[in-house]
Amino acid sequence: MELLFCACLGVLIACGIYLMLRGRTFPVIMGLTLLGYAVNMFLFVSGRLKTNLPAVISPDQAQYTDPLPQALVLTAIVIGFAMVAFVVVLALRASGELGSDHVDGGEEKKS
Amino acid sequence: MNHLIIAPLLLPLVMGAVIVIGVNRSLAWQRTLGLLSSLAITLMTAVLLYQATTGPIQMYVLGDWSPPFGIILVLDRLSAMMIFITSVLALLCLLYAVRGTDEQGKNFHALFQFQLLGINGAFLTGDIFNLFVFFEIMLLSSYGLVLHGAGATRTRAGMHYVMLNLMGSSIFLIGVGLLYGLLGSLNMADMAVRLAHAPADNAALLQAGGLILFGVFALKAALMPLFFWLPNAYGFTSAPVAALFAVMTKVGVYVILRVYTLIFGDYAGGAANVLEPWLLPVALVTLVAGSIGVVASRDLRRTIAYMVVVSVGTLLAVIGTFETDAIAAAIVYLPHTTFMTAAMFLIADLIRQQRLDAGTVLTPDRPVGQERLLGLMFLGGAVAIGGLPPLSGFTAKVMMLTGVQSSSAAPWIWTLVLVGGLFGLIALGRAGSVIFWKTVPLDDGGSDAYSKPPHSGIPVYGGGYVLPVLVLLAISPLLVLCGGPLSEFAAAVAEQISQPVQYVEAVLGGDAVALLLSAAGGR
Repeated sequence: MELLFCACLGVLIACGIYLMLRGRTFPVIMGLTLLGYAVNMFLFVSGRLKTNLPAVISPDQAQYTDPLPQALVLTAIVIGFAMVAFVVVLALRASGELGSDHVDGGEEKKS
Repeated sequence: MNHLIIAPLLLPLVMGAVIVIGVNRSLAWQRTLGLLSSLAITLMTAVLLYQATTGPIQMYVLGDWSPPFGIILVLDRLSAMMIFITSVLALLCLLYAVRGTDEQGKNFHALFQFQLLGINGAFLTGDIFNLFVFFEIMLLSSYGLVLHGAGATRTRAGMHYVMLNLMGSSIFLIGVGLLYGLLGSLNMADMAVRLAHAPADNAALLQAGGLILFGVFALKAALMPLFFWLPNAYGFTSAPVAALFAVMTKVGVYVILRVYTLIFGDYAGGAANVLEPWLLPVALVTLVAGSIGVVASRDLRRTIAYMVVVSVGTLLAVIGTFETDAIAAAIVYLPHTTFMTAAMFLIADLIRQQRLDAGTVLTPDRPVGQERLLGLMFLGGAVAIGGLPPLSGFTAKVMMLTGVQSSSAAPWIWTLVLVGGLFGLIALGRAGSVIFWKTVPLDDGGSDAYSKPPHSGIPVYGGGYVLPVLVLLAISPLLVLCGGPLSEFAAAVAEQISQPVQYVEAVLGGDAVALLLSAAGGR
């Protein structure tokens, strides 16, 4: 399972970085979103991967999974959603105001 | 438990929310609430600063969940000083903003209060994940403030600012996740203790975690090569926002100082002093790049924005020696540079409004309406920021240069700080002579602006308009006059920072200190 998880993370981050380096705002936002997903999964796994274990400590449970990363991920997801919503609106406004969806507000003229 | 510690967070949070609810009420109502809130925060932080100066490190435990399990706020001398600087600066910026900037769009006052919440929170928190949360609050409101008033250049610069910082937040979380996975704690004092006992196998990963976090803090502080967003974002946003943001890069400086002396300090085992080989060279390169930007800019606001980069480079180069004397000198320089760059942003805005054609672009235009007033203010700001006697820039620089004397990098720091200062003077001298002397004739052909009333269409500033700027400028001689107490205070701050044991003891108690020291002794 660790290998599968790492591979997923690696693919997500690689795709995210590739998309972030594109010139138009939409791929860049997609890249930021993918990177955000990868980061959330990474945070989640910082409590180690365990299956079928509760996150609540109780006397009749010998083992439990670390509940803190789950709380952290929840916070990170909420903040990430707000940020993506904001940047989408900003990108729409920029393409309206600047007349281009290029991240620099217009492409360099080819001479 | 001292409940005053959480007040600088609660008050802007509640006030911001109230102002959001009343967004359709009159601007006067919003202004009154915003100003009252900022004034109250200033008074509270002044009391906190007094308590921190005279007393020990204090801790505020939210919900009484004792550390390391719950969330804590920690007030030591450094954080008390930072929140005091922030609130004084915010009050003055808001006084300037109510003269018209806040009319350009809705929600300025609410965003301003949330901005204060984020900055104060980042200074007070004792928990690295909450540092992330407060960073996000700070950034989200700063996105709104940067774009306040709109305009195509502002949107374009804001776009870069937002995207870079979103990426920075992701990387911050990677660093935090890495450290949590290895240490199992997010409380900064607890992390310091656990890091001291971390197995040697993990040293490389821990170092990587520490340096990943440095990448994020360097983006916030605008270090080379991560400062390219700053000149555009600060140069094109509205003046009071740019002036307030003079303290935002200092958040990065503060966090670097806090994390790399407390968590990755002397006791951190395999990851001890992980930043020491990096910080000084990076800061010096930033200083050089910023200085080149200062002389290369063709716009006064961009010149000043590059001066923010130069000041961060100077501060972190001096801090990068990690010597107590040098850190104390940097603490003296920090309020000076924050207030003076803020004052220069506001002066540039006053000049912009009276130069109808050129604005702050450095090309000849008709003379400004109030030449004597603006010229003298510009001169005062330039003398202070350029580091000439008798104002505070000079004394602070002398202290920094003597503070780093014992470091082996002293020749580099001396040369680059002094050359950077010279570049700043050249740039400001050139800007001043273009703006005030190299003027084109007035409409009626006369060039003698002194004997004529200002030409038509130019706003004339009354006393209330320039008062916040004058107060900001007056802080500089005040810092010189209070030089003795200030340097004593700075020495006390530096002493507290260079002894992380005090911080750990205040948060976790004596047992944790024994644990921390036993690891250091056993090595």
